[in-house]
Amino acid sequence: MRFTVNGTMTLAACNEIADAALPDRAAAARRLTLWLALGLIAAMTASLAIGAAGTSLWSTLADLALGRPLSSVDETILWNIRLPRTLMGVLVGAALAVSGAVMQGLFRNPLADPGLVGVSAGAGLGAISAIVLGSALPAGAMALVGAHLVPLAAFAGSWATTLLLYRVSTRGGRTSVATMLLAGIALGALAAALSGLLVYAADDQQLRDLTFWGLGSLSGATWAKLMAAAPIIVVALLGAPFLARGLNALALGEAAAGHLGVPVQRVKNLSVLAVAAATGAAVAVSGGIGFVGIVVPHLLRLASGPDHRMLLPNAALLGAGLLLGADMISRVVIAPAELPIGIVTAILGAPVFLWILLRNRMVVES
Amino acid sequence: MSFRAHDIGVSLGRRAILHGVDFTAEAGRLTAIVGPNGSGKSTLLRALCGEVPFSGRVTINGHDTAHLKAWELAAMRAVLPQSATLAFSFTVIEVVRLGLSAGISAGRDHLPLRALDAVGLSGYGGRLYHELSGGEQQRVQLARVLTQVWDPVEGGEPRWLLLDEPVSSLDIGHQLVVMELVRGYAERGGGVIAVMHDLNLTAMFADAVTMVHGGRIIANGAPAAVLTDTTLSHAYGCNLRVNHQPPSGGTWVLPHAATLQGAQSS
Repeated sequence: MRFTVNGTMTLAACNEIADAALPDRAAAARRLTLWLALGLIAAMTASLAIGAAGTSLWSTLADLALGRPLSSVDETILWNIRLPRTLMGVLVGAALAVSGAVMQGLFRNPLADPGLVGVSAGAGLGAISAIVLGSALPAGAMALVGAHLVPLAAFAGSWATTLLLYRVSTRGGRTSVATMLLAGIALGALAAALSGLLVYAADDQQLRDLTFWGLGSLSGATWAKLMAAAPIIVVALLGAPFLARGLNALALGEAAAGHLGVPVQRVKNLSVLAVAAATGAAVAVSGGIGFVGIVVPHLLRLASGPDHRMLLPNAALLGAGLLLGADMISRVVIAPAELPIGIVTAILGAPVFLWILLRNRMVVES
Repeated sequence: MSFRAHDIGVSLGRRAILHGVDFTAEAGRLTAIVGPNGSGKSTLLRALCGEVPFSGRVTINGHDTAHLKAWELAAMRAVLPQSATLAFSFTVIEVVRLGLSAGISAGRDHLPLRALDAVGLSGYGGRLYHELSGGEQQRVQLARVLTQVWDPVEGGEPRWLLLDEPVSSLDIGHQLVVMELVRGYAERGGGVIAVMHDLNLTAMFADAVTMVHGGRIIANGAPAAVLTDTTLSHAYGCNLRVNHQPPSGGTWVLPHAATLQGAQSS
């Protein structure tokens, strides 16, 4: 700051003061990005190092560095089990957190979450339909979509649910919280019931495929599943930041956003697609993992504000890191057995959700 | 250059709110739309800014709004809603910066702070929007709207402020600040169209007044020509008396005491 000798300020100094008086949440968010990225790298390293088998990441890394041949067991465990699982955790965690943040921006409400309002259940219905009914598809169609069938069907299921939910709960550009949550309960129950019906029609092999859906797990991670889900999730994650400005303007309501020059209908359509793609593909490979989509964006808004331009990338990083953390907990608490990760995220996430609810009582009750 | 509406009709459900309305506002003037509750004055403004579906045609500076893209429209006119909602905990400056959403923000970064200063809220930038009073929030929204179309004239064409009851929740001091501010916008060549509740502020600041009653325009012109005993009493359904201030001859409107009781008891 520049002051003149007699103590009055130059105009330039006045402007600097006016700027300096503003807490710069954008800069705080950028610093946070750096820390979150470092945290994610640490979580990935730990995730590769921890496991039921005694394989040590450090000795393996040392072996690699010194050019010693790896034992085939170590190589299998690291390459075929821990690496795909870690990468899956990163993708699924990022997908759940970002779809939560986008959905909350779209519905202008911090309580919107794909798991709470039936979107994950819709994705589950799509995935179960593909597993149970997929064998009835003509061989040509199967060859065309192949391993992508389950993620694509889950995508379709979550897309239909999100669209329906938005139509039901939004009138004249305003979203009613109560209608959204109640409609979400109804849609989720319907999807769960239809999924239940399909389970009766499933054969033994299909049932084994279906069992892990209930609470969600990363334990089924394979390179094949990863490759089937990754393109859909990556496209959604890379596309989401382009919606950020539009979602910021939508906070003022649809009409005001339109007057600001935002192509509201396009932002809404693309947001629904992004949510459906990320949630659908995540559910297809890991089942319903709850609360990541609601807790992560909320913590970030508290730390550095609701601006979606920083919120969305930071949500991807924090979501990925937290899910890897939850996965490690699920692997070690009752080792050598494993808890479904959905139990861990629910135990950690549900109390946070209640806390958010209490803080937002005014919003919910209006 | 003008803002025109040709043969505007608006229906909500099966009920017609506006019937074949023709409306014109000239740039460089403050045009007030007045009328009793439920007359259709806010609906007229909503039709002008494209917020409700309507029959007929709206043109800004000769351009048909039906053929303009959202961002082209946003560069020509900004809209202040009557009551603004805001999701999430944005700070005041973050809300005002949303006015830069449309078009290129390069070279306009300084506008949000200047707009806050203009509405008497300098130093409020870092405060949380939700923690402000209703009147302060209304002024933050006005600062956002001003940021969007800061220069009253751009590329030789006037820009427009469409305001729905801009001073409805302000104290009398800030009502004057805001009215003088938007009046200044018109004096520098921009166009201002404001739905007004307060007839005396309308008489003080408007260059032209459009009176809406029962979904039709019943009077149109200079304030002194529109704000007359007969027109007002007809539109508002009670006896109103127009007076003139001795020094300037300015118009002011008072309810007629004898009939006020009659209006209350009916």
